[in-house]
Amino acid sequence: MSETSKIEIRGLRKSFGSNEVLKNINLDVAKGGVVALIGPSGSGKSTLLRCINLLVAPDGGSVRVGDTRFAFGDGTKLPDVKTLAKFRATTGMVFQHFNLFPHMTTLQNVMEGPVTVRRMTRADAERLARAQLAKVGLAEKADQYPATLSGGQKQRVAIARALAMEPDVMLFDEATSALDPELVGEVLAVIQQLASEGMTMVIVTHEIAFAREVADRLIFMRDGVVVEEGPARQVIDNPQEAATRAFLSHFHRTGALPPANATP
Amino acid sequence: MYQWDFGILWSYRWLFLNGLGVTVGFTVVIVILGVVFGLFGAFGSLSRFKAVRMLALTFIEAFRCTPILVQLIWFYYALPILAGVEMTPITASALALSLYGGSFYSEIIRGGIISIDRGQSEAGAALGMTPGQSMRRIVLPQAIKRMIPALMNQSIIQFKNTSLVSVLAVPDLVYQSQVAAHDSYRPLETYTAVAVAYAAILIPLTILVRRGEKRLAVSE
Repeated sequence: MSETSKIEIRGLRKSFGSNEVLKNINLDVAKGGVVALIGPSGSGKSTLLRCINLLVAPDGGSVRVGDTRFAFGDGTKLPDVKTLAKFRATTGMVFQHFNLFPHMTTLQNVMEGPVTVRRMTRADAERLARAQLAKVGLAEKADQYPATLSGGQKQRVAIARALAMEPDVMLFDEATSALDPELVGEVLAVIQQLASEGMTMVIVTHEIAFAREVADRLIFMRDGVVVEEGPARQVIDNPQEAATRAFLSHFHRTGALPPANATP
Repeated sequence: MYQWDFGILWSYRWLFLNGLGVTVGFTVVIVILGVVFGLFGAFGSLSRFKAVRMLALTFIEAFRCTPILVQLIWFYYALPILAGVEMTPITASALALSLYGGSFYSEIIRGGIISIDRGQSEAGAALGMTPGQSMRRIVLPQAIKRMIPALMNQSIIQFKNTSLVSVLAVPDLVYQSQVAAHDSYRPLETYTAVAVAYAAILIPLTILVRRGEKRLAVSE
């Protein structure tokens, strides 16, 4: 699997102070694969996601995305800021709280990465940004500031901003957790579309029904370890571990996805 | 009952204007230099390197926690003896006031930068920006907006602090009015007029600052 996988994580460890958040995590994501990370809060799933693009520096183990591999541990120096920046440019991330740039219009938000990081000309970047905004169904909001958008629209802009970097993989960190229930569907629809286009994705989510639909693999984490993993439907419909069963009992696992209000 | 006679000040008008010019010019210099020192202090105190942080914090606390009057006297009388550099009263007081102001500007700038949500620089980093790029493109544009009212406020205080340079015989408005007061035997009129002159310049400025604050509040 490691030959063909897009993301490969081996023996990943991370502690915050005396709190060990990740204990020897291994993870493979195939090219074009969609992996959902679920688990109770404090299970380490967000930290694991942030280790993939090194927003959080692991204490040990290794992270590989595409052809770039970083090893961590005693005696290995952290990569320098330029190397890190170059690496992160190939991974898109979407945050729970959107983190749009409030001093820029929607269009400028999406253009920022291409212009500043990829050094594209303004004209090229604008063309690309408008195309990405159209893809998430927000072409007509290009000249508005984020403050005037709904939560669902903000998150779709954030997705467009990440896509404008034309990343190899997309990481979603509880992308719908801060949204009003009626706005969840439009964001999930965009993610689902990306999955159908073959984007490699890792999705931290509490939307179990969505994970079942969209993810091909599912990983259940608790207390910094992977408790159970397997094909998404199999794990959700027929969990083997008691902890997985206990966690999943809090959710409706099947049924229709929340309706998408957007027409992307 | 004291008989006020402001008319007598008219014959000193050139002296006052001269002093006012020095005061305003001096303020411009120490505000600009102060913001430059403030930038060094702020970025120093946010540095990744501990030695740089310690250096910046030492600068900030040394100037923030000692009286400006003592600093002025110390820069003019003590520094030449310790460091062997002779300074004119103007140089000594410009340096002392800029560093004093810089220590406060440092805290304003640092506070503005750290008030910006961490998610902003994280989003920049996730796009592939270096820390420098995300500071310039993402954090600073937002932080500067928040700093402006406080920077203006501190600059107003700096304007008033220039009155202290008269102790080193820098011919500012206060120094010239001392001359006028001694000459005319009319200290009450003289110092009242000086107070009015400071207020006449600063009150319009404070109104401007308040308007600016309101406009910023609306756009956020």
